[in-house]
Amino acid sequence: MYELENAQAARRRKIVNVIMWVVLLVLFIAFIFPFIMALINAFKANTDINRFPLALIGPRKGFITSNFPTAMEKMNFWGVFGNSVIITVSATVLTLLFSGMCAFVVTRNNWVACRLIFALMIASMVIPFQVLMIPIVSIYGGTLNVLNHRLTLILMHTGFSVSMATFMYSGAIKTNIPLELEEAALIDGCTRWQTYWKVVYPLLGPTTATVAIIDAMAFWNDYLLPSLVLTNKPLYTIPIATQIFYGSMGGSDMGCVLAALILAMLPILILYLVMQKYIVEGVTSGAVKG
Amino acid sequence: MKRNTMSYKIRQYLMFAGPATILFCGVVVIPLVYGFYLTFTSWDGISKSKPFVGITNYIAAFGDGAFWVAMGRTLIYSAIAVILVNVMAFLLAYMVTRGIKGQNFFRAGFFIPNLIGGIVLGYVWKFVFNSAFVAIGENLNIGFLKNSWLGTPSGAMACMIIVAVWQYAGYMMLIYVAGFMSVSKSLIEAAQIDGCTQSQATWKVIVPLMRSSFVQCIFLTITRCFMVYDVNLTLTEGGPFNSSVMAAMHVYRTAFTEHAYGTGQAEALILFIVCAIVGVTQVYIGRKGEVSA
Repeated sequence: MYELENAQAARRRKIVNVIMWVVLLVLFIAFIFPFIMALINAFKANTDINRFPLALIGPRKGFITSNFPTAMEKMNFWGVFGNSVIITVSATVLTLLFSGMCAFVVTRNNWVACRLIFALMIASMVIPFQVLMIPIVSIYGGTLNVLNHRLTLILMHTGFSVSMATFMYSGAIKTNIPLELEEAALIDGCTRWQTYWKVVYPLLGPTTATVAIIDAMAFWNDYLLPSLVLTNKPLYTIPIATQIFYGSMGGSDMGCVLAALILAMLPILILYLVMQKYIVEGVTSGAVKG
Repeated sequence: MKRNTMSYKIRQYLMFAGPATILFCGVVVIPLVYGFYLTFTSWDGISKSKPFVGITNYIAAFGDGAFWVAMGRTLIYSAIAVILVNVMAFLLAYMVTRGIKGQNFFRAGFFIPNLIGGIVLGYVWKFVFNSAFVAIGENLNIGFLKNSWLGTPSGAMACMIIVAVWQYAGYMMLIYVAGFMSVSKSLIEAAQIDGCTQSQATWKVIVPLMRSSFVQCIFLTITRCFMVYDVNLTLTEGGPFNSSVMAAMHVYRTAFTEHAYGTGQAEALILFIVCAIVGVTQVYIGRKGEVSA
């Protein structure tokens, strides 16, 4: 009797799973539908895009690739790609260096300054960028006049992300690094600086990976801050260049615009294909801790 | 080594936390304080002088009808989007944690929209709403698809919500998946031995234990929806006829287009306070009834 019920339950579960699989597949197609539309239309001539946006291959002019070189030239793709890479990589590296160090001294000492900065950092995580953007433009654009430098943006990105990163590093140091290990390093003659770089930092690898993934994605995709800091055409990042490019085309040359959008998405999608597991893990653990 | 002297402490602190402190203060602490000061001036963004005007900016912000309309719109948008995002994300998470074939592929796939910035997403969807949906409507003769939804005020808001659900559901799904995984198998087995069916085990055991995931996801979606800007800029540009200008876009325009920096900053502060009140209330209510295993 029990066996029979079990078999029945198993069969029912199997049917439910098949239904769910189909539902998931339909949802998945709905999720990637916009990407597919952008992709197939990027390879069409404008007349085909206007008349037959759903066709896989343009019925009149056929499959064309000329949108891509045109878009690359018009939005100065390699230039803006280079800017985005320089800014993302530098800001991510600086965030990792500075926040790890900061977390070490803040977590291991109970000094007033340490408690104060840590409390400020945690409190600051709820402040949206919109509250800070006007004073930032006012201070750095007016009085100090340091806008329109890549370095300014890199340091600003770092400043915005150190609080979250310090918080995550601090959690990792508290739970994963035994104090005895640091005491042993001290007895062996390490200074605090050496202890941190030779003993503590190598053990923080998983946190470093998480922070790097979260921040690199945020820097790469950020629009509002870069658009306020970098207003010189040669300094544009990919999101700014995309926005300016779309504005300049005004929807008149959709093929080029879609090619530009595909180009803007491509680098991060390729990275996702390669590092998918780490990205999903990193984002999950980052979100759950934050 | 003397480890208790003031100079040792200062040197240690500066060596390790100096760079982080300087950068953090430079872009967060100082601008926050300075921004508060700005709300009491009538700076136009160009001139060197920042005349002190008292609380005029706050009066202007409270009297700015367009701002409150944008704020109300943002509240409605956020309320609908938060509910839909979380329902969608929870259902997705439920379906991809049952051991279905290819569930890791689905998880990775649903997350893709999060990889791409709001600017690009907005333009891609703009094309979909303006061309693809219209073409589908014409081919299959579906009336409500024949005209672009972006052309009407309520349609534009619906588009914003659709994109929000599409954009955030995958991310929130990952947090719910982590929640599902954190409920220990032994508890579910115990419930089943006590005679629970599969769905009873889900609703009576797993979901209550996942309460912190709900609190966290709802908080994240509230803050993100309240501050929406990128997608707003590229998908609707606030149009048609300013009918989809969200609060963040209104703040941006007040400050940088109309050069009323003080008023813009006052409105930004009000927006932040409203968002913080909603978010914190939600967390407080959510945490109150939290159960632990």
